[in-house]
Amino acid sequence: MHPAFSVIFLTTLIGVGQGLFLALYTGQVYALFQVLSAQGDHRFYAVGSVIVLAFLAAGLVASFFHLGRPERAWRAASQWRTSWLSREVIVLPLFMASVFMYGMAHYFGWNAPLFSLGETLQIDLIMLTGAIATFFCFALFICTGMIYACLRFLQEWHTPLTVSNFILLGGASGFALATAYAAYAAPELTGFYGKWTLIITLLAFASRLASLVRNHKLKPKSTLQSAIGVRHTKIAQKAQGFMGGSFNTREFFHGKSPSMLRSVKWIFIVLTFALPLVFLAWSLSINSASMLVLTFAVQYAGLIAERWFFFAQANHPQNLYYQAIS
Amino acid sequence: MTQLALVIDLNVCVGCHACVTNCKEWNTSGMAGPLSDFNPYGADPTGTFFNRVQTFEVGSFPNTETVHFPKSCLHCEEPPCVPVCPTGASYKRKEDGIVLVDYDKCIGCKYCSWACPYGVREIDEKQKVMKKCTLCVDRIYDQGLPEKERKPACVLACPTSARLFGDVHNPESEVSVAIRESNGYQLMPEWGTNPSNHYLPRRKTQLRIHDDQLVRADNPLKKERLLPKPDKNEPSLDDAISW
Amino acid sequence: MNAQVQFENHDKQEVKNTTCYMCACRCGIRVTLKNGEVRYIQGNPDHPLNQGVICAKGSSGIMKQYSPARLTKPLRRKPGSERGAGEFEAISWDEAFDMMEQRLAQIRSTDPKKFALFTGRDQMQALTGLFAKQFGTPNYAAHGGFCSVNMAAGMIYTIGGSFWEFGGPDLDRAKLFVMIGTAEDHHSNPMKIALSKFKRNGGRFISINPVRTGYSAIADEWIPIRPGTDGALLQALTHEIIRQGLYDRDFLVQYSNAAELVNLDESSSEYGMFVRTEVPEEEGCFDPQNKLWWDRNSNKPVVTHTPDADPFLLGEFQLKDGTPLKPAFQLLKERVKDYSPEWAESITGVPADTIRRLAHEMGVTARDQRIELPIAWTDTWGKEHETITGNPVAFHAMRGLAAHSNGFQTIRSLAILMSLLGTIDRPGGFRHKVPFPRPIPPCAKTPKGPEGVRPNMPLDGMALGWPAEPDDLFVDENGQPVRIDKAFSWEHPLAVHGLMHNVITNAWRGDPYTIDTLLIFMSNMAWNSTMNTVSVRDMLNDKREDGEYKIPFLIVCDAFHSEMTAFADLVLPDTSYLERHDVMSILDRPISEFDGPVDAVRIPIVPPKGDCKPFQEVLIELGTRLKLPAFTQPDGARKYRDYPDFIVNYETEPGSGIGFLSGWRGKGGEKTMRGEPNPRQWEMYAQNGGFFHYELPRSYQYMRNWNQGYLEWAQRNRITRYAEPISIHIYSEVLQKFRMAAQGRTDGRQPPPHLKKRIETYFDPLPFYYETLESQLSDTQKYPLNAITQRPMAMYHSWDSQNAWLRQIHAHNFLFVNPKTAAAQGIADGGWMWTESMHGKVRCMCRYSEAVEPGTVWTWNAIGKAAGAWGLDADANESQKGFLLNHLIGEELPPHEAGDHLSNSDPITGQAGWFDVRVRIYPAEEGEPQQTSPQFAPLKPAPGMAQKRPNWFAFFAGKGDWK
Repeated sequence: MHPAFSVIFLTTLIGVGQGLFLALYTGQVYALFQVLSAQGDHRFYAVGSVIVLAFLAAGLVASFFHLGRPERAWRAASQWRTSWLSREVIVLPLFMASVFMYGMAHYFGWNAPLFSLGETLQIDLIMLTGAIATFFCFALFICTGMIYACLRFLQEWHTPLTVSNFILLGGASGFALATAYAAYAAPELTGFYGKWTLIITLLAFASRLASLVRNHKLKPKSTLQSAIGVRHTKIAQKAQGFMGGSFNTREFFHGKSPSMLRSVKWIFIVLTFALPLVFLAWSLSINSASMLVLTFAVQYAGLIAERWFFFAQANHPQNLYYQAIS
Repeated sequence: MTQLALVIDLNVCVGCHACVTNCKEWNTSGMAGPLSDFNPYGADPTGTFFNRVQTFEVGSFPNTETVHFPKSCLHCEEPPCVPVCPTGASYKRKEDGIVLVDYDKCIGCKYCSWACPYGVREIDEKQKVMKKCTLCVDRIYDQGLPEKERKPACVLACPTSARLFGDVHNPESEVSVAIRESNGYQLMPEWGTNPSNHYLPRRKTQLRIHDDQLVRADNPLKKERLLPKPDKNEPSLDDAISW
Repeated sequence: MNAQVQFENHDKQEVKNTTCYMCACRCGIRVTLKNGEVRYIQGNPDHPLNQGVICAKGSSGIMKQYSPARLTKPLRRKPGSERGAGEFEAISWDEAFDMMEQRLAQIRSTDPKKFALFTGRDQMQALTGLFAKQFGTPNYAAHGGFCSVNMAAGMIYTIGGSFWEFGGPDLDRAKLFVMIGTAEDHHSNPMKIALSKFKRNGGRFISINPVRTGYSAIADEWIPIRPGTDGALLQALTHEIIRQGLYDRDFLVQYSNAAELVNLDESSSEYGMFVRTEVPEEEGCFDPQNKLWWDRNSNKPVVTHTPDADPFLLGEFQLKDGTPLKPAFQLLKERVKDYSPEWAESITGVPADTIRRLAHEMGVTARDQRIELPIAWTDTWGKEHETITGNPVAFHAMRGLAAHSNGFQTIRSLAILMSLLGTIDRPGGFRHKVPFPRPIPPCAKTPKGPEGVRPNMPLDGMALGWPAEPDDLFVDENGQPVRIDKAFSWEHPLAVHGLMHNVITNAWRGDPYTIDTLLIFMSNMAWNSTMNTVSVRDMLNDKREDGEYKIPFLIVCDAFHSEMTAFADLVLPDTSYLERHDVMSILDRPISEFDGPVDAVRIPIVPPKGDCKPFQEVLIELGTRLKLPAFTQPDGARKYRDYPDFIVNYETEPGSGIGFLSGWRGKGGEKTMRGEPNPRQWEMYAQNGGFFHYELPRSYQYMRNWNQGYLEWAQRNRITRYAEPISIHIYSEVLQKFRMAAQGRTDGRQPPPHLKKRIETYFDPLPFYYETLESQLSDTQKYPLNAITQRPMAMYHSWDSQNAWLRQIHAHNFLFVNPKTAAAQGIADGGWMWTESMHGKVRCMCRYSEAVEPGTVWTWNAIGKAAGAWGLDADANESQKGFLLNHLIGEELPPHEAGDHLSNSDPITGQAGWFDVRVRIYPAEEGEPQQTSPQFAPLKPAPGMAQKRPNWFAFFAGKGDWK
């Protein structure tokens, strides 16, 4: 596929936002269960929510660049019964609204217990909105991932690994941002976020690696033989029917060399996984806040490369029909 | 239930592109139009077409087959492009199975084209909406046209009548008979999209000459007394033995 | 578009029928207009030619109509500017006509041959030829000379008809169809319709071609062959068919000269001629029935077609006076004796077994699947037949055979093979189209010498004719050509369509003489319609010592801004085909069907763009101003208001009743073929969908060379002068007469010494195979490959680089090379490479193809354009990645013993040897520009052309954007 930067930014930016929110809320849940003693003040979470919303909004803005007719974007909510894209369009604003409520609850300190679960768990509005937001957060990850994973002819995408990659990569980058953010605004949480970042990054690495290995072994289901229905081992297209290109030649192929593709793969492995792990461990050990910012920045840059590669690697069967001019 | 479709006979398609440009001229000024063109007089001209004719070479010299292959929307019975559309702009008509795009609803997200394995949808880069073959829905039901002309433009134009049009669900229709009797097949059956459009393969006519067909009592050479007759003076048994 | 299906509002639309001209097929089209703009062009379902279908070109007519390459004003080269620099100023038609009138009147009153008129299309010849003849110049022809004149001449000199407009394969009834040397889709829709029906009826289709594209793609069998060697294959097929006795003996005896006896007395002045009984009573352009057979019953010579005689086809005989004789068929048999399949394999690359099998398939199908139609008819000898029979083997051939310097003899071989199989004008075989068959040769003749060209007088004869003997040549007392292109001279005696491809070179060199004014209509002589393009462009610009151009005045009439218009001193903007009246006349290249004559008209669908004027109107106006007799009253007053008026009222001779259109003649439109002018003729054509189709009685539809009913019908309708049988020339006396002249056996005209050997060699009365002249004269080791071209179907026979839709399909061209051939030179698929001949070289891109014979490379022709031409941007693909093979093809042969400046053409007909070129290929160096070579300075748009265009458009007719 041709990697469109609108979609690359959309998916990576909301991934960061989603991951950051999960980091914030995870910390709170840990604290609720008193597994984690440290906890930032309301201001930390309120500002954190604003950052989450900022990333989500930026992603949303990016998505509009992908649309031919953005003024009609509202129509996209109508087909939630069948379309994962439609579902995403619904879930993203719901998630944003719930994060907004979560941030508001923090900002105004709405922590009066609403009810309790069992003996000890006092549930307040903050925890409730956070729980709702968490639900939408995962729903959003699933929708985004399924947009790609549901396309069965794009065999590289048609796997649960696509969803797990979106969750884990979004999570890793969000937790990395949380770590850096905490280093400035709530240093006592830095270690907690940092350790989770390490874990999620490792998990993401594993998941992404699994998908790379899987895709490497993929055999295209469609062949020129099935594309034109002629049984012969030697078939070559001579003319695709037009010479100056068309939507079909622009949208479905990255137009770059295989070596470029390989380079991008290694770049994203290094930037998304290897370097951030090293940087993180190092900056946690020397307690460097700016180093943590760098860690996030490097990982995000890696994610852009990863997402570019994600699109570029997907080999659309329609390309069988668009291979040669003469 | 009706399912309208095209059946394309590769046995007679000579790759003339008549269907390509006739489709363009009908549709650019019709209900599905305009079909925009970019750089029409410049470098790398490109534009929206609903139908393309491609050329493939099969085999190696001298056993080469040149296959001309027209391709437009296949109007799948299970169209993967329809459910993914977030706005409902892409839809399959219940009454005749034609897959259409409602331009007024389309947001130009291109997702439907990603969901089509055949590469038959093209975004109009000017109007920014997805466009595709409509089976000339604005011709085939137009009571203002003579009945014989209520066919897709490509079908009317095709000089070799390589394009048949009709209801593939009606077993007696011309298209169903052609599919049944001439081994009609679907493209990329592996995806279960069940395309309505079918293709008919090349069929070869061979002629077998039996050796005895070259021997005839009425061979005109005989009349000219030219069927080989040995010379009297050539050696014969008479020269060799007396019994 | 939304969920509500909207239909067209037909009440607001206008529908008109006219005739397409996107290519030369001339299908009937139906044009729908919406608010005066062209909404839709479809095939006219009632038209006999295309039966409602339409091709890619026809469907793209809208983009031709609204092309920004359209010229809209008469243009004069700016005084002081250089030719070819594209500096023009717009002038009025009055000024343009004044300029032309002054100049042409001066020429006509002094030396009319100083004016030359050459046209790109053959299909307006009735009028353009009339104009030239009336003007008095011999220097007139259309593009046939560089297209397929060999196909016309080779077959007409053999069977009296030819392919395409003149006749074709009867695929309705054929069982075996052999297409040989047919580039891509010649001819377009009618062949496509027929081929598809043929295949669906279970017919077997064999294609013999170096390249497998177009029609060949759907052949049941593809037989690749080396270009220029078809003659060898056809000779070997003939060899095998005779060897096996698979020929149709009865047909040959009755309907050809196969059984006629040839005088073989070397000492006789009649050597090589048929022996004749007596001098015929009347001399005319027909074959008198005075030749002899050797009757097996009486074992004596008898006059041919003597009742109950049964002649020998083979054998040797002697007249009483000892004159040795052989039937023509015996000579043919001897001719092909050594042309074995094994011999042909080494030349053609077609395996001998395949050749034998092919011959058997043809012969056995022809013999064993005979068709019998219950149609009674009478032959020209008065014999009544109860049925019409046919042998269902059909052929089609075109430029692949024709565009070689051995094409005439190759095509004679084909026509003879078709005759051997008994397939001439019979069901399932070859069928004529009215006004064919013609006598062999047809009657039209040029003047015989320079005295035919007289100041202020029409030419004393036709500008183009059909020589029957050396006496018919158009040469002076020294045997030198009278025509500028040297047609009908000893260099190219049977150049029946002229040699347009040598006009510029000859005029530039002043050989045989210089001219003053060259008028080119609709032909791109500075680009793809010329050979040796780079030099020809220089010649157009070359000046004499006194500073005057060597071709002093160049007028170009075209609808589009082409490479040629850039060189004009005066540009006349022609209309598009949708803006004009026009006729597809039987006096011209007709569009007749097998079952009878068809002609058709164009009527204006939309008004002319800008100041565009149809070329026909230009000729009528010029003819009137110059007071040419056909266009003026005896007192010099204007005779015809305009072209439509001319078409209705013109008669070939006063009261002849023969005009351009054959339908609805007579005062009230009650007559067909002949009749008085009908003032409402145009209207009646329009009412009938724009065409006239007369279906002959079924008994007149076959065997027309010998069909008494048909020939008398044709005679009554003045289609022919004689109703005599047109016997097939297996053995050609016409050719023998030229050979005899070269051998000094005759007293009449004789070739100049340097051409004697050439005439003697090539004017063989029986077909033979020889290597093409270029191959004979070039280093085939150094240039091991043949290079050929064809137009792609979507642009076949069209001018469509400016067409916004079609150019998306073919924006530039590659050289197709067999992967083995390319790899041997280290050329990559898609890589840049050089193609070089002894004349020049071009840089282009390579495309591997398994569908081309390894000794051949080929490309789509005329896709490559000069930068800025045809309304295209200077960086358009056509000029940057597209290329023209013409740069590699010489218009003249290298100097050799027959002359220093002989045309690179068939020595008999002057057919341009486009496909003879030999090349070598090698990869381009790293670092060379990724651009085709040669390149030319970009043309500037001419005044009146669309100056600025959006870089996109969304064409939608009827909104008023395109009026």
